[in-house]
Amino acid sequence: MTYDGHFRVWRGDDGGELVDYTVEVNEGEVVLDIIHRLQATQTPDLAVRWNCKAGKCGSCSAEINGHPRLMCMTRMSIFEEADTITVTPMRTFPVIRDLVTDVSYNYEKARQIPAFEPPADLEPGEYRMAQVDVGRSQEFRKCIECFLCQDVCHVIRDHEDNKAAYAGPRFFIRAAELAMHPLDARNDRATFARDQQGVGLCNITKCCTEVCPENITITDNAIIPMKERVVDRHYDPLVWLGNKIRRREH
Amino acid sequence: MTDLERHAYDVLVIGAGGSGLRAAIEAREAGLRVAIVCKSLFGKAHTVMAEGGIAASMGNSNPHDNWQVHFGDTMRGGKFLNNPRMAELHAKEAPRRVWELETYGALFDRTPEGKISQRNFGGHEYARLAHVGDRTGLELIRTLQQKIVSLQQEDEREFGDAEARLKVFMELTITELMHDGGAPDGPVSGAFGYWRESGRFVLFDAPAVVLATGGIGKSFKVTSNSWEYTGDGHALALRAGAKLINMEFVQFHPTGMVWPPSVKGILVTESVRGDGGVLRNSEGKRFMFEYVPEVFRGQYATTEEEADGWYEDPEHNKRPPELLPRDEVARAINSEVKEGRGSEHGGVFLDVSTRLPADEIKRRLPSMHHQFLELADVDITAQPMEVGPTCHYVMGGIEVDPDTGASSVPGLFAVGEVTGGMHGSNRLGGNSLGDLLVFGQRTGAGAAAYAAAASKDRPTVIDASIDAVTATAEEPFQREGGESPYTLHQELQQVMNDLVGIIRREPEMQEALDKLADIRERAAHLSVEGRRQFNPGWHLALDLRNMLQVSECVARSALERQESRGGHTREDFPGMDAKWRSVNLACHLDPATGMVQLTRQQVPTIRDDLMHLFERSELEKYFTTEELADFQDVRQGEDDQS
Repeated sequence: MTYDGHFRVWRGDDGGELVDYTVEVNEGEVVLDIIHRLQATQTPDLAVRWNCKAGKCGSCSAEINGHPRLMCMTRMSIFEEADTITVTPMRTFPVIRDLVTDVSYNYEKARQIPAFEPPADLEPGEYRMAQVDVGRSQEFRKCIECFLCQDVCHVIRDHEDNKAAYAGPRFFIRAAELAMHPLDARNDRATFARDQQGVGLCNITKCCTEVCPENITITDNAIIPMKERVVDRHYDPLVWLGNKIRRREH
Repeated sequence: MTDLERHAYDVLVIGAGGSGLRAAIEAREAGLRVAIVCKSLFGKAHTVMAEGGIAASMGNSNPHDNWQVHFGDTMRGGKFLNNPRMAELHAKEAPRRVWELETYGALFDRTPEGKISQRNFGGHEYARLAHVGDRTGLELIRTLQQKIVSLQQEDEREFGDAEARLKVFMELTITELMHDGGAPDGPVSGAFGYWRESGRFVLFDAPAVVLATGGIGKSFKVTSNSWEYTGDGHALALRAGAKLINMEFVQFHPTGMVWPPSVKGILVTESVRGDGGVLRNSEGKRFMFEYVPEVFRGQYATTEEEADGWYEDPEHNKRPPELLPRDEVARAINSEVKEGRGSEHGGVFLDVSTRLPADEIKRRLPSMHHQFLELADVDITAQPMEVGPTCHYVMGGIEVDPDTGASSVPGLFAVGEVTGGMHGSNRLGGNSLGDLLVFGQRTGAGAAAYAAAASKDRPTVIDASIDAVTATAEEPFQREGGESPYTLHQELQQVMNDLVGIIRREPEMQEALDKLADIRERAAHLSVEGRRQFNPGWHLALDLRNMLQVSECVARSALERQESRGGHTREDFPGMDAKWRSVNLACHLDPATGMVQLTRQQVPTIRDDLMHLFERSELEKYFTTEELADFQDVRQGEDDQS
């Protein structure tokens, strides 16, 4: 079951190039195994991020034949032995070297979202929530922060200048998670998604949902409901009047 | 030192897993300036891999649960070699630490009344593990990560700088701790390391350093641990003059994946068994009934009927033997395979498909379902999994003061897997995440108090120390024609796996020590190609030194302990020996030679009130007659007085 596989791997930084390698492939292996074998036998300085090798940490994101994927969860058996497999870094982020990109954009966006605000009237241990209610937010908390959804999102993939105003799918689900958290004391999550995160720029092509290794239904369960909440809150005249009277937005 | 980047903080936390983050939060909330350093990206630490849950006696699933029962379970699991104060603090404070996570935004699975749901796990008397499906570690790390972000948002509002008092240095490796004035036996004064991306050297000046670096699994070939688990904190502490205790106790988790080869060792959560999964051999037999050891007899079911009844009615049935502590189950699987009753790929069968409806399996064990389907073409709702032991956790580590996390070196603190004592000779599942939170909070407070007191007269780092550690870090580039660090690492993993693994024998451990000496010698001459910028070969070369020192501690301690207990099984000394129960083996580096030295010391005594949580008949299984000379069962004592 062992054969020599053909690989083209990005080497260098933004001005780098694709380099051809022939490397041993064994039964049951994943792309990350092959990258590790390259490191151990041919290119000891090949830069790659990885941690758990079990699809749980979201470190080894890359583009395999142009598709955003986790290298640890991409089995070699999905390719033909004669195929040449091209491995390149995520295109939406600046390349540091080889397969490693600068993902600091995501950490900056994470820091802009107001944190969970605990309910003032409950002590630790007094929280009561129904499973059916926490389940909605739990779906989004499955996110392993691989940033493949950010990588594939054409709003920032093809338009660098959108990055400042646009938080991306990973952080729309964070906003949705907090909006749907049964005990979050804030009620301005939708406003934030509109004004600060640029959720309006998303035109629902569902590319993010397709690449999510955790199968989170990003578009249908998070982005569309957040867009709807924006509409409800800001364009429904009754809600608008109610907000004016009660001034509950803070 | 023109190339040196320098930072000054009050508390430096090395490691950004659950323990490091919890410690950092505590130190920052005490008002100090805190730096967190981690080898990976923020949020990727190994805690993310924890699946089952956090053990805490909240009593949500069974009102009989309380800290005393949890304490007892922990001591039994560790075969009474645990530091009793640590086990006590852990059992008492775990519920508070779990509830606190909810105030940070964590969303645990719920009971029908809306409380935190608790699940069964090996060695725990009651359903006790707070969980989120089988991705509890991810929830824990993300919750702490988001709490840190919220503290940074506070600083942004207050100071206009989000990193004013809490900064995360990602993808930075620490290679050495620094001492005040360069005195090797003095207090610590900071740490030295390099940015993984650029290779640039960095010095942190800090009066208090918290080691939260996790474990050592990457010294073994088959392991559930990630590349980060190279024993850095263990080795840094050794070289700084601290002691490591209990290093012979290494937990082999009974259920790792065994096929395909590239995923061998990846964890299969104990929740599979906690939720009803059973172990069968190639003959289809539920073999665990044959492996209930003497000390646990009477506490576990003897028939399949009784075991199955326990899931619905735990009051009137005993627990299934699949839920024995991990060391027992791992040894049993090892024996079955060795005696020819293993699966095709050298494991046994773990089956949940015949025990729960498919939908329920997908709901309770979603990531296991995903993992097997994606990586092994196995649908666990319809087929059994093939599993076998995998190196998972080290019980041994830095000896610390239970209340503050302080090591014997002034200014040096440690928390989490890198410490020793809490879990004795074997850790119960679910007690690791509790350990991170309880001692993370305590160690953060301990380090903060120390740093605040040291702020007037901060320890210093001298240039000669910086020159020395810089030279050590650059050495691999200075040599040509040496062996590759990858080759030496693979050899090390093979040696530890084959010769100091789950079942140990004296001649093999002697051989291991010889081979480790040989690898150490060759590692001193290895060479690395390329430059310092993101160079994994160089990173491994530096990590290898740590793995070699820690592996030697494991092998020497394992050779010395002539009995079998918890995560240390000697084929030549198969029984547990009460005389060894009170012995901690401690490793330190000889200051003159730099070689690992072994000493014996007394396990801390268990307080009377804690001893009386057990019956004499049980204690007699673990303690010597002399140790129990004055012990009387409380109830019996009361009767005598009446």
